[in-house]
Amino acid sequence: MSIAADWYGVVTVVGAGLVTVAARASFIVLPARTAVPAWLRRALKFVAAAVLPALILPDVLFRDLGPQEIVNIYRIAAALCAAWVAWRTRNIFATLGVGMAVLWLLKLIGPL
Amino acid sequence: MQTRRQAYRQGAKDAFPSVIGLIPFGLIVGTASTAAGMDPWLALAMSIIVYAGASQLAAIGLMVQSAPLAIVLATVLVVNLRFVMYSASLAPFFRQLSTGRKWLLSYALTDHLFALVNARFTPDGCHKHVDAYYIGGAVPTWLMWNAMVAIGIFAGTLVPKQWSLDFAIPLVFLALVFPALTTRTHWITAGAALVAAFFTAGLPMKLGLITAAFVAVSIGTWLDYRQELEKRIAR
Repeated sequence: MSIAADWYGVVTVVGAGLVTVAARASFIVLPARTAVPAWLRRALKFVAAAVLPALILPDVLFRDLGPQEIVNIYRIAAALCAAWVAWRTRNIFATLGVGMAVLWLLKLIGPL
Repeated sequence: MQTRRQAYRQGAKDAFPSVIGLIPFGLIVGTASTAAGMDPWLALAMSIIVYAGASQLAAIGLMVQSAPLAIVLATVLVVNLRFVMYSASLAPFFRQLSTGRKWLLSYALTDHLFALVNARFTPDGCHKHVDAYYIGGAVPTWLMWNAMVAIGIFAGTLVPKQWSLDFAIPLVFLALVFPALTTRTHWITAGAALVAAFFTAGLPMKLGLITAAFVAVSIGTWLDYRQELEKRIAR
């Protein structure tokens, strides 16, 4: 599995850039009278709380599976430890450190 | 901040802690793109063109599985929707600037810059030289981010695959999620997103993330709307 600098890679990267700058520029470049609709303002409050867990779950459960595995037990255990650290400390270094350390430890000594 | 020069300098000074804070995240995004087998120059181009870490990670995760272009772009848009909110709140500060400058400043918008400008200026109060202040913070932020991603990309080639460094991606998102869970409704939204993500993980074309995010945002928005109605009725 890889991502080459072929037409798919280049078009996707440029497209992602256009989409992102459009989001950033939206209300800055729109005419002054344009207001954020109430429903959009309400929905935007919940985007981070919805998107981040939805990004996390498949990366933890379903990646790097062994032949007999349905979900990745080691990653789940490591992610739970990291989640506890993230919740308590709000520290990105500590979260990364604990999560990776638990995963490596389990891979090293675990029976799977 | 009487002169523009002072405003540039103040911006750079205020941005300093968050610029240092970018170091681990930038390194991770760089190493993760190499771990995903991404062409190093394409990865560097992405960092400069997209310039938004969380969405870069999300896009890399989809691209490595050859997800359709529309799905990758929709996912990037969803992850970056918060910028629409920032854009609305910063717009009054940038009214007098030329269109070209507005686009340039927009490109450089980050979570931290948004927070810095909001902490120091108010739209109704004096915001002379706010663009100079913004650029003073934006330049070191941009340089640090892309330098760290570049280092990560090339350091990533030295890391063996058995180290499972791609696991750093969900860990970074874990560190970002808790500050976003400010109310009970936000927690319910996050819970709904987990459940929805579980059941949509097998959807074709990697549609799972967008579907799960849409379901969870709808639930959160609906609960929030209902709470406000109840408050209004109680009054």
